[in-house]
Amino acid sequence: MIGKSVPRVDAYEKVTGRAKFTDDLILDKCLVAKVYHATIGNGIVKSIDTSRAEALDGVVKVVTFKDVPDHCYPTPGHPWSVEPAHQDVADRNILTGRIRYYGDDIAAVVAEDEVTASRALKLIKVEYEEYPVEIHPRKSMYGSHPPIHFDKKDNVLNRTNFFIGNVDQGLEQSDTVVKRSYKTPMVQHCHLENPVSFAYMEKDRVVVVTSTQIPHIVRRVIGQALGIPWGRVRVIKPYIGGGFGNKQDVLYEPLNAFLTMQVGGRPVKLELSREETFCNTRTRHSIEYDLTAGVDKEGRLLAKDMMAYSNQGAYASHGHAIAANGLTAWRLQYACPNIRGEAYTIYTNTPVGGAMRAYGIPEAAFAIECFMDDIAAEIHMDPLEFRRKNLIKGYYEDAYLKPIAANTNGIFECLEKGAEYIRWEEKRKKYASQTGSVRRGVGMALFSYKTGVWPISLEIAGARMSLNQDGSVQLQLGATEIGQGADTVFTQMAAETLHMGMEDIHIVTVQDTDVTPFDTGAYASRQSFITGTAVKQCAEELLGKILSYAKTLLPEEETRELSLDHGWIYAGDEQAISLEALAQECYYSLTNSSVITAEVSTQVKKNTIATGCCFAEVEVDLKLGTIKILDIINVHDSGKLLNPQLAEMQVHGGMSMGMGYGLSEQLILDEKTGRPLNGNLLDYKLMTALDTPDMKAEFVELNDPMGPYGNKALGEPPAIPGAPAIRNAVLHATGVAFNEIPLTPQRLIEGFTKAGLIGKEGKQHV
Amino acid sequence: MYDIEEYYNAGTIKEAVSLLKEHPEARIISGGSDVLIKIREGKMAGTSLVCIRDIKELKGVKKMDSGDIYIGAGTTFSHITEDPVIRENIPVLGEAVDQVGGPQIRNIGTIGGNICNGAVSADSAPALFSLNALLRTADGSGGRTVPVHDFYLGPGKVDIKPGEILTHIVIPEKEYAGCQGHYIKYSMRRAMDIATLSCCVVSRINREKNILEDIRITFGVAAPVPFRCTGTEEAVKGAAVNEALYQAVEEKVREEIHPRDSWRASREFRLQIGGEIARRALIRTVEMAAGGDRR
Repeated sequence: MIGKSVPRVDAYEKVTGRAKFTDDLILDKCLVAKVYHATIGNGIVKSIDTSRAEALDGVVKVVTFKDVPDHCYPTPGHPWSVEPAHQDVADRNILTGRIRYYGDDIAAVVAEDEVTASRALKLIKVEYEEYPVEIHPRKSMYGSHPPIHFDKKDNVLNRTNFFIGNVDQGLEQSDTVVKRSYKTPMVQHCHLENPVSFAYMEKDRVVVVTSTQIPHIVRRVIGQALGIPWGRVRVIKPYIGGGFGNKQDVLYEPLNAFLTMQVGGRPVKLELSREETFCNTRTRHSIEYDLTAGVDKEGRLLAKDMMAYSNQGAYASHGHAIAANGLTAWRLQYACPNIRGEAYTIYTNTPVGGAMRAYGIPEAAFAIECFMDDIAAEIHMDPLEFRRKNLIKGYYEDAYLKPIAANTNGIFECLEKGAEYIRWEEKRKKYASQTGSVRRGVGMALFSYKTGVWPISLEIAGARMSLNQDGSVQLQLGATEIGQGADTVFTQMAAETLHMGMEDIHIVTVQDTDVTPFDTGAYASRQSFITGTAVKQCAEELLGKILSYAKTLLPEEETRELSLDHGWIYAGDEQAISLEALAQECYYSLTNSSVITAEVSTQVKKNTIATGCCFAEVEVDLKLGTIKILDIINVHDSGKLLNPQLAEMQVHGGMSMGMGYGLSEQLILDEKTGRPLNGNLLDYKLMTALDTPDMKAEFVELNDPMGPYGNKALGEPPAIPGAPAIRNAVLHATGVAFNEIPLTPQRLIEGFTKAGLIGKEGKQHV
Repeated sequence: MYDIEEYYNAGTIKEAVSLLKEHPEARIISGGSDVLIKIREGKMAGTSLVCIRDIKELKGVKKMDSGDIYIGAGTTFSHITEDPVIRENIPVLGEAVDQVGGPQIRNIGTIGGNICNGAVSADSAPALFSLNALLRTADGSGGRTVPVHDFYLGPGKVDIKPGEILTHIVIPEKEYAGCQGHYIKYSMRRAMDIATLSCCVVSRINREKNILEDIRITFGVAAPVPFRCTGTEEAVKGAAVNEALYQAVEEKVREEIHPRDSWRASREFRLQIGGEIARRALIRTVEMAAGGDRR
């Protein structure tokens, strides 16, 4: 079953509309909650008057920051740590009177219906005392009065650094030293389904049904936020309409739980609008990089240095883990004897940075891969040749975080496939010296990506299987299907190890923390690797139990070399007993009934590095400032593919995200207030189908020894290399190096004008 | 869930006018693709609505005996794009409204709503300006005829009086006969977007003499309301059709338009694009005249 393009197990449910999402499950007579958001970017609430809202017909309850528990809690979807030093930063309250960004949550209304709740919000009167707003991390890091959070006087959430060798010496020995700065934008996940949840009480427990990637973590954080025992919280996760990391964070679930407790346990629904999703959930961090590197005469990297400044926004969320992940990437993949890296994560008065597909690596890879092209240009070397000269062949491991290593490394094969597809040699020459106002170029970029979070954080997964009376198997996991196809590949894994057909594995798609095995959820491209390990172990255990039970049913001479294959227990080559007959016995035998089940909770202390690249060909219209992608390919080394068709779709989705990142997406903030100016899907330029070129996905399939089925990370990596590949193609086409994305028409026109390619001085060139 | 106070559905123009007089606080809704957005945003929350969507006499396109083209205000964008009269006589209008939003919006949004919404970015506006369209209204006592140029009063503000509705648009024959038109919508996406800048050029070329006999250039989003470049038009009328003409148009429109500096796009950027799309639209009409190809 592994390696086959079997159809998704949820395909029919989803295309027929039968699949149940959170909003499909809302209970009768559910109340509706809406949040009152701050209309200043920094300050405190001096007074709040909710009396008119409370008096409105149909309003059930109004709560403010004064009513919520006053202790802080952390929100990121990380496994909890029993060591206080490694616990996430707890800097949020359910509602707040200390406004840290435009849109901060001050109060909430619970009403009989949505219109009443909206009308009630307008009746709340708030007076503020305003503080100056700072949205730029490199200004905010010198502190503010008062600081954004009282315990971080300089607004620096965290700073880390590392050294390998001696960078200063390496730079001195270099023939060429190159310094550049790069900047990536704040972008949003734009999952189809906005965050939505509903909550109610059963006995003295609170139940929250929510669109999340991480139900078990949501349970823990609700417990922490409300200050109630975690066992009194039950979280249910149905099908969800995408997450991309935004739902790897605890968003409004604690407030929703709090609100139902305030109205006697009546069901309360809390659904965000798209505008709230942009402003009040999480974003990809905007990061500024200053990079320096030295190379010798042959173009070999002798030293490299990274300074990174990550804009955290108002609350810690995933915090420094994002910028730190970029620092780790800086150490990997390219051979270099002297490496230094330092990263700051800085609080500002902006929407909050959190997890987003590939967790800091699209940001870092943009900087690193633009830099590699810029160094190559500086020393007049083909950028692909420059990379080949400096990339590590075969096994390598991280100098700091063991056991992170490239146990298999297909980067050279990936580059070969990509270059051949795009016809690199030919087009680099062909487009070398163009004139005219429409020019073409080819560019490329590459990346490395870890699989899961070990050893930075815990990796644990749970799986449960039980044999049904008909010989089929029930499979239950704490890992979540979030649209990526997890349920399908887990079913394939179980079928593979149990030698059964897909149709005989029934996966339970809903996670319910009351009954679901413990697993931390969908993030870090971990599930097929970590949860896959648990599925394999569980299936092996179930298989062992089935065969042991078979022994009790068969005459002794037949019990040697028992095996299971598609519904039959074989003794040697002979069919001995059907699995169905065996299952009936185990349920109903009057002498020996014991239902066959297996359950594992597996800690995985492994990590392995996936890699890949993107090659793009673009056409640039200098006078209109437009980029047309003529051709684009991603080539991935993600180990053995579990399901090639799903893998290809996964890559297409990531490429689309990468192109949007490079070309058009950015959340633009008002300088004075930090308010998002374009926090809606009209003004935030997510690419449409018509903007998306045909995409090509290829793979290099190496059998990784760490992966349960030879597999390694694929969920997130496709989103990484697109933006720098496109930028490098534009550099090739025009000679203009853009160091900030997205490459919007205005940015291009300004760059081309400055370079003299267009405008009055540019006329002679065109 | 939309915050709508009262909803009245009109079956005829007469009924619509009397409903509007009875309920002066009510707003007109047709396709709803602008009105519902404003209600959702809270700008028009709690409003009452008079719906004119079911009024049959507001729909359809025809060529009248005079040769003038009649377009009902309630005609949808997709209808206009597909209509044979439009395709035969003023394809530029059909092509322009085919660039509104996406297919769903074009199936529900109407040309009358597009105009009455008063947005400077309306995709129908530059073509209607360059075609010197006339707008007809009904108010229960004869109504008025207003040239489209005079209809736009300011951002989001049009010359429609309480109790009055737009019934149809007329494109006089003399304004389109022998002309070629081309519309360029410059936006950040190829669908589901509004124009950053847009330009419609309608030209009449004397092919024998290779002379530009007439030209009408209209920009969307280059001023508070759709903007005719009459200065440029006058300066180049009668000129020979060649690179010098294109250059002149490009430079002169840059001097004539007044685009805004905003976070969406800088003034400098819009000026660069404005000159370029006016040039390209004109060149396209010249190619169409030469090839006899209207598209």
